[in-house]
Formats: sequence, structure tokens, C-alpha cells
Amino acid sequence: MGIESAFGDGYVTTTVDALANWARKNSVWPMPMGLSCCGIELMAMAGPRFDVSRFGSEVFRFSPRQADLLLVAGTCTYKMSKVVRKIWDQMPDPKWCIAMGACASTGGMFRSYPVAQGIDEFLPVDVYVPGCPPRPDAVIHALMQIQEKINHHSVMMDK
Amino acid sequence: MFEQYIPVLFLIVLACAFGVGSLVVTGFIGPKRPNKIKNSAYESGMEPIGTAHERYSVKYYMVAMLFVVFDVEILFMYPWAVQFRMLGLFAFIEMLIFIGLLFAGYYYIIKKGVLEWE
Repeated sequence: MGIESAFGDGYVTTTVDALANWARKNSVWPMPMGLSCCGIELMAMAGPRFDVSRFGSEVFRFSPRQADLLLVAGTCTYKMSKVVRKIWDQMPDPKWCIAMGACASTGGMFRSYPVAQGIDEFLPVDVYVPGCPPRPDAVIHALMQIQEKINHHSVMMDK
Repeated sequence: MFEQYIPVLFLIVLACAFGVGSLVVTGFIGPKRPNKIKNSAYESGMEPIGTAHERYSVKYYMVAMLFVVFDVEILFMYPWAVQFRMLGLFAFIEMLIFIGLLFAGYYYIIKKGVLEWE
């Protein structure tokens, strides 16, 4: 590689994209939206057994201003959908969204008039996690998918 | 003398440079898409009602002040209760006078109607 050989040992060169993506994907701070029973598995994910801090996402932010990832866990009713959408809108860019569980992904077993049949009716979902509720490691897998997505991100895409 | 503290100074400069540098760089490369909803107040996703500069009823301050007075009374009672046997009858009468004074004040504020909320 051209410029690295000119500097010699002790210097590392990188691109802004690689550095920014590395920083972003290892600090995906989630905004937990524990709407029902999936929230319990979400808490287990943050606990010491599954330990999501290995992936840099242990900092659960209860303000959308500091969050990168909206983790919608559970049944979202239409009444709640306005709240979820507003919180999503208040999150700063760049941001990602995980639909955790059957209810958040498709409405699940609640095939009824008050329940949104999947949060993708009003949110741009990045990763869907199947399960009722999903195991915490399934959510960690979804987080790794998000990290993979961030890897293909470019700073210029944001401009 | 001070030469041995140069590494500490270097560490402080590095820490400050990292903090300020991160802020400046994220200001350049981070996307900014402000809009009306994003700039609105965060009320757990609900519609904000009124302003943050709400005025409280003055009753609240009266009750808070009275609470502090009786809180301090309890605070004085603790060391007295711990050393009750050693302090003897004199301290007991002193404490009775103290409680009596506060009780007179309590009677006064009830008569003044401070605790009436209507």
C-alpha cells in the first residue's frame, strides 16, 4: 500500500468511512421500547448472561436524543403507534430500527382492530426478529445484522 | 521539580483534545436533518402541554417549609434519644420545651388556616 510504506512502522492509515463505521457499529445505543412481554427478553439481553455490552450496545438510552437504535419489543397498538413514530422522529440521524418479536414484526397473534399489523406500517424497519418472544441471542444476532449494515454505510450517504 | 509532572500535563492535553476533537469531527461528518417534530420537546412521545415555566400554588411552599421545620425537630431528637440516659432529666425538660414551642407554632398555623386547601 502506497502511503503506509512511506510512513514506516508505527503509523496506521484509514479512511474516514472505515473509522466512522467502526465507531458507529461498536456504539449502537438502543432506545428500548418494551411494549409487552418481549421487553423481559430485552432486559435479559442487557444482563450479564447474554451481555450485549460485548457489542457496545449496553447503554440503554431513555431519551431519543442519545439513541441510535429503536428497539421495538412487543405488541404495538395503533394508539401507541403515534408515540413510537414520534420517538423515532425525534432520534438524531443516522438511526436504525429493530422489530423484536412476532407482534412487532407482523402483529403476531393479535389479528384485531387495535393492533398494528407490524410496525413497518409506520416505521422503516431494518431487521425483523422472529419468535414469541425471541431469545436474547436472536436479538443480539439482529444487532450484528445492524452492525453489518453500518459497515456498508458511507459518510457521504448522509450528506 | 515539575518535570516529573509533564506526563500528567500531556495526559490532560490528550484527554481534552480527544473530547473537543470528537465533538468537532462529529459536527462535520454527522448528518443533520432538523425538522419540527425532532426539535419539539421530548415528552415520552406524547404531545407537550403548556410551557416548562409552570407556576405552582404557593400552598406547596408553605407545606414544604413546615416539613423542613418538623424534619429538623426529628433530627434534633435523634442524638438526644441516643444519649438520653447520660443527659438525664435536664435534657428531657429542654426537649419538652423545644417540642412545646414547635407545637405552639403548629397550633398557630392551623388557626391561621395554612393547612386548609380550599
